[in-house]
Amino acid sequence: MKSVGIEIKNIALSFGSTAVLKDITLSIQPGEFFALLGPSGSGKSTLLRLIAGFNQHQRGELLIDGKDVTGTQPWLRNVGMVFQNYALWPHMTVAQNVAFGLEARKLPSAEIRTKVASALELVDMGELANRRPGQLSGGQQQRVAIARTLAIEPQVLLLDEPLSNLDAKLRTQTRQELVLLQRRLGITTIFVTHDQEEALTTCHRIAVMDQGVIQQVGSPMDLFDFPVNRFVAQFVGSVNLFAGRFITEGDHLRFDSPTLGMLTLPKGLELQSTDMDLAFRPHAVRFVENPDTDLHHNLALNGEIVDSEFLGEFIRYEVRVGQAMVKADIPHARGVTPLQIGVQIHLRIPSQELRFVTA
Amino acid sequence: MTTVKRNHPGLIAIAIAIALFLFVFLIGPILTVVYTAFTDGHGGFTLTHFLAFAEISLMRESFANSLFVAGMTVFWATMIAIPLAYLTMRFQFRGAVLIQTLGVLPLVMPAFVGAAALQLIFGRSGAVNLILMENFGFSIPVMEGLSGIIFVETLHYFPFILLNLSASLATIDSSMEEAGQNLGASGWRLFRKVIFPLALPGYIAGASLVFIKVFDDLGTPLVLNVTNMLAPQAYLRVTSIGIEDPIGYVICVILVLFSIAAMAGSWWFVKRRDYALVSRGGAQAPKRKLTGWQTALAYGWIFGILMLVLSPHLGILLMSLFKVWSFSVLPEQFTLVHYATIFTDAKQMIWNTILYCGLAAFIDIIIGGAIAYIVIRTTIPGRQILDHLVTVALAMPGLVLGIGYLRAFRGIELPFGAGALTASWVIFVIAYSVRRLPYALRSCMAALTQVHPALEEAAENVGAGRWRTIRKIVIPLMMGGLLAGFVTSFITAAAEISETILLTSRESLAPMSYGIYLYFQSIAGRGPGAALSVVAISIVALGTYITHRLAATATPHQNVGNRT
Repeated sequence: MKSVGIEIKNIALSFGSTAVLKDITLSIQPGEFFALLGPSGSGKSTLLRLIAGFNQHQRGELLIDGKDVTGTQPWLRNVGMVFQNYALWPHMTVAQNVAFGLEARKLPSAEIRTKVASALELVDMGELANRRPGQLSGGQQQRVAIARTLAIEPQVLLLDEPLSNLDAKLRTQTRQELVLLQRRLGITTIFVTHDQEEALTTCHRIAVMDQGVIQQVGSPMDLFDFPVNRFVAQFVGSVNLFAGRFITEGDHLRFDSPTLGMLTLPKGLELQSTDMDLAFRPHAVRFVENPDTDLHHNLALNGEIVDSEFLGEFIRYEVRVGQAMVKADIPHARGVTPLQIGVQIHLRIPSQELRFVTA
Repeated sequence: MTTVKRNHPGLIAIAIAIALFLFVFLIGPILTVVYTAFTDGHGGFTLTHFLAFAEISLMRESFANSLFVAGMTVFWATMIAIPLAYLTMRFQFRGAVLIQTLGVLPLVMPAFVGAAALQLIFGRSGAVNLILMENFGFSIPVMEGLSGIIFVETLHYFPFILLNLSASLATIDSSMEEAGQNLGASGWRLFRKVIFPLALPGYIAGASLVFIKVFDDLGTPLVLNVTNMLAPQAYLRVTSIGIEDPIGYVICVILVLFSIAAMAGSWWFVKRRDYALVSRGGAQAPKRKLTGWQTALAYGWIFGILMLVLSPHLGILLMSLFKVWSFSVLPEQFTLVHYATIFTDAKQMIWNTILYCGLAAFIDIIIGGAIAYIVIRTTIPGRQILDHLVTVALAMPGLVLGIGYLRAFRGIELPFGAGALTASWVIFVIAYSVRRLPYALRSCMAALTQVHPALEEAAENVGAGRWRTIRKIVIPLMMGGLLAGFVTSFITAAAEISETILLTSRESLAPMSYGIYLYFQSIAGRGPGAALSVVAISIVALGTYITHRLAATATPHQNVGNRT
């Protein structure tokens, strides 16, 4: 199967006066497992449906395998989509469901039989070919939906929240199977999800979307380590974020925050603009007993513990620093008693863990 | 959640009384009909009547004709309803609401009234054919013989398919269709393979209803003077040869069997398939835009249908307002004399309709309300039987029940010297109440399901006894549903004709529907007949409107928590 790329250039779409997609530009590589990640209403499903042909953009270009498909009807696109609710037709058996797309392409019936069998084999559903969808579990229905889509050998595979209707245990297993299947077939795949864990664990690259705009595109680690703005920092992983103003004083960089107060930042940090937020992950925080420990190459803060939650691998503390609240995830080891509420504490954040993000 | 069910001895007594009523006035007459069809003069089992039936060529012809007419009506009604339902449910265009509303219009006019009006417009010497003859030298024999009945019944009954199919289409999740498109299907293929099969339960329900209604219809063939069909044959046999003639009973058994088969078939069909997956709370299919020529085609089609659908209404109205309309394209002399005539001559009939239908509808909501309470709120053993008995009434042709009454109750005298039961006004009230009970019961069931048992428990908790709770809590909360049930029973009884023709023993007892039928028998009676029709249609239309209003406003404040 030949893998194809998708080029999305300056695409805009609005429903009535509501702009749903605003100037989207994306380049998806052949064979890539790509995620569209965002909260509901971010436009991710609209973008997916646009690639399938169910929505029409008013501006911009959509190229699949180098060909502009703008205006091409959904049934002429050869872009396979797995629907969130699977959309299996209850009046057809599993085999009839899978054969549907092949019949629409008017293939000879012997070929249809072979292709149906191999598609069902691919998802390990060969034995249930004569069942009706109503007789299958949710996980089995999803496999059939995938087989039905793959049977037509689409150029691109679109997955619309494919795991959201499965229970938690099945979700992890299915996630791994999806990854294996995609790696094996090498088919260009776009995966829509609102669940950051799903996106981080499965995909080569992720586009984080909010309010119809792509906020950032990158590998899972890029997004986590180098979020470009406040939204991405908050949506991917948890984060401590502080608004404020950066002031350069000699060779020192200082951060003036309404809540944290005036901070002196460690040396060696570079700043692109003065109007940025300061960010760091809770797990980057360390507690030290001595106020003089590790002042170099660390941001030093002083605070008071106001709350703690035991989460197994670590303890999440809420620390009041000035008027701000800082989250700190401290790894837990057996037998260690958590710090009491009201204890005064010194915080250290290594300078390489500090991020500046646009608001 | 299980609640304590309430098996009061008084309720058990009521259940038994209702069961008795249904056995005497529903099951009894039907069994009498079946018994008569299968017994010889000495009460022994025989099939000779059926063999005799099969040997009469007129009977074989009638049987074939009835099947043909019912089948063709379903076919044409499908041809009209599918495009209308599909257009209004899947495409953006103005007037979709208008179509859905106007689609109901034929139902407010009894089919045989429409038959008379369509005869004037499309008949051999009707307006359309007069124009065609004068200008083009040919005519369309659409109202001749069986095709006339098919034409009338199609225009009258296609809304049953339209409404059921539209409801089915509305519940199909949009992803079902999109999945088909995504896999490369579109247009006709998508409709045939995905959309229509998913909407099939609604279509089958509508189509089987149309089939039964047409197969059993007596009024339309009689008004159009077609007698070589089963229902008119049964009627003619019983009225001309006499109540003893076994062939009439054979026909009745055939009608009953087909009704039961059609209902059971549609029930089995829907039950057999798992359609629970079809609508899983997803979005409704988005409405697509039509292209230029599609728009033109759609509007053309709809406009044509609407003209046909409205033509009987318009025809009746014109007939009622003008002097004799015959052999002319349009009527010529405006007059109100027909209305004056009916308000002097037919005043008794209008009053009879209000009396019979009002009493029957009142009986229906009392029995319907009681059955609903017994079935939903008690654990009295065998309570479901009441529900099933009422369903039997839904499947019974009026003609069969009418003949059953005449046979089963012949010679039974009313007390106080009021004369024979079958020759009194009481028989109308009983007949109407039994036939229309299913409508009232459905309404009562829906209303009671909306009343959360906790509301009754709360009343009992503060010390109200059972009857007090029913009177002060249950009945007031069900009131919307009871009223809707009353109106539905009333208007459908007012439009009833099959039983009415059979049970009318003298003119002074006749209701309006019989009066209209009688007027249409003569040319001179057409004007007054039309005027009386306008009165009847107005009553039915008003009732339909009231039912819709009641259904819309009846229940929102009555929900407490989850329904059980």
